[in-house]
Amino acid sequence: MELFTNQVLAGIATGAIYACMALAVVMIYQAIDHLNFAQGEMAMFSTFISWQLMQWGVPYWAAFVITLAFSFVGGIAIERILFKPLAKAPVLTNVAGFIALFAIINSSAGLIWDFTIKQYPTPFGSAPFLGSQLISTHQAGMIGVTVLLLLGLYFFFQYTRIGLAMRAAASVPESARLVGINTSWMIALGWGMASAIGSIAGMLIAPVVFLEPNMMGGVLIYGFAAAVLGGLTSPFGAVVGGFLVGIFENLAGTYIPGVGNELKLPIALALIISVLVVKPAGLFGRHIVKRV
Amino acid sequence: MTTLLNVKDLRAYYGQVQALHGLSFSLNEGSLTTLLGANGAGKTTTLRAICNMVRSTGGIEFDGKPLNNRSTESIVRFGIAHVPQGRGTFTNMTVEENLQLGAITRKDSAGIVSDIERMYAHFPVLKQRHTQQAGTLSGGEQQMLAVARALMLRPRLMLLDEPSFGLAPLVVRDLFGILGKINREEKVSILVVEQNAQLALELADQAYVIETGRIVMSGNAKDIANNEEIRKSYLGY
Repeated sequence: MELFTNQVLAGIATGAIYACMALAVVMIYQAIDHLNFAQGEMAMFSTFISWQLMQWGVPYWAAFVITLAFSFVGGIAIERILFKPLAKAPVLTNVAGFIALFAIINSSAGLIWDFTIKQYPTPFGSAPFLGSQLISTHQAGMIGVTVLLLLGLYFFFQYTRIGLAMRAAASVPESARLVGINTSWMIALGWGMASAIGSIAGMLIAPVVFLEPNMMGGVLIYGFAAAVLGGLTSPFGAVVGGFLVGIFENLAGTYIPGVGNELKLPIALALIISVLVVKPAGLFGRHIVKRV
Repeated sequence: MTTLLNVKDLRAYYGQVQALHGLSFSLNEGSLTTLLGANGAGKTTTLRAICNMVRSTGGIEFDGKPLNNRSTESIVRFGIAHVPQGRGTFTNMTVEENLQLGAITRKDSAGIVSDIERMYAHFPVLKQRHTQQAGTLSGGEQQMLAVARALMLRPRLMLLDEPSFGLAPLVVRDLFGILGKINREEKVSILVVEQNAQLALELADQAYVIETGRIVMSGNAKDIANNEEIRKSYLGY
């Protein structure tokens, strides 16, 4: 029983990271109808920035905040420079754009910081949380920061005018323009926020997976699985999906014989395919019905 | 009477296809003007061209200022509210959020709150359903919501694209009654595009008839309604 509780709690902790990645993916998907394959690399690059700042002697939380700001501005810049010109381009052109972005960021990080694995600090420590062997303080911190982030985002989208405008721009762009919303800037803002959310995920997971240019590969696949499970049209679903995937990953690794650590990743892929076959809209997604 | 909207030699294109062939008309401040015409005559295109939602050439002046080459969202800030065909409801948001979105360019939060109450007075059914998802409203209720959303801008000019489309005759009567009241009491100028010519002519003071992208007839709404030849050849009733 203790093993079970332990695995579930650890699953919730990594699930929090998947939830962040899934949320970032869904935000961009809502805005431009494309999956951002480079979301993980953007988060990885941000994490390197924070690491570099700490190497220069900046304290953890200051580096955290500077990195958030950097990621936000960087996300907006990527949208303005690369994806705004592609807005009316065919799907494959956009896919090529995302792959290019992936390669560029990945190689730049390798060039600047090389591909060796680096230790990344945690501000929470890794002692047992509240004296319990079930969960470490870092895992508790991961859950705590994510919950704060989610509450903040909920408040932003539900109770602020700019949040309302962003939701409107994502759901019915033409009507949004007709009430005076600059939908193009709302998309850029969505990119900035998605990028900042991703950077939080990167900084929280780096002490676990260690810092290197390919650190987010697996995490992003779990993030995609979470987004697909929850429904690509539902930010709430993405978050729930994130936690579910985190728990499922751990339980499958523990209890299904032969899965272990090595086969955890194919489980995420199997999950994506099963959801797409059985319930393509995901748990909380809307079926898009178009009148033709 | 001052001219509020002046459209000169408007030509609009969908790709290579030209939809408007040099259309000119004007609308006086405070008037309720209707554009009539058959399917495909160019009524919707005219409204879309005013808001720069379709490629066009020619002159469009609002209150003496040219609107050409401005983005749709900046044209809204001149005080032009467009109720599009199909109503453009934000279906996955609540009725109240839809109304707030109508006022998203305004800064006076107290005025917005009181305007929402004013809309509920005009359209009591919206008050009953204010927390409901707008997509669950009936067609008539969504049309009322669309009009209310447009009014939340406190517009000087409201463009309405076939407000009667798909609504029961009684609901249409209701809606047109409210439009007339808004025009008279709140001094909002209205340009309404309609296929239901009979009803539109009862409501409007000025009327234009469009055929294949050109104005073929214009005048006082009463005169056009009383002219049997025009009625038979262009309006089909």
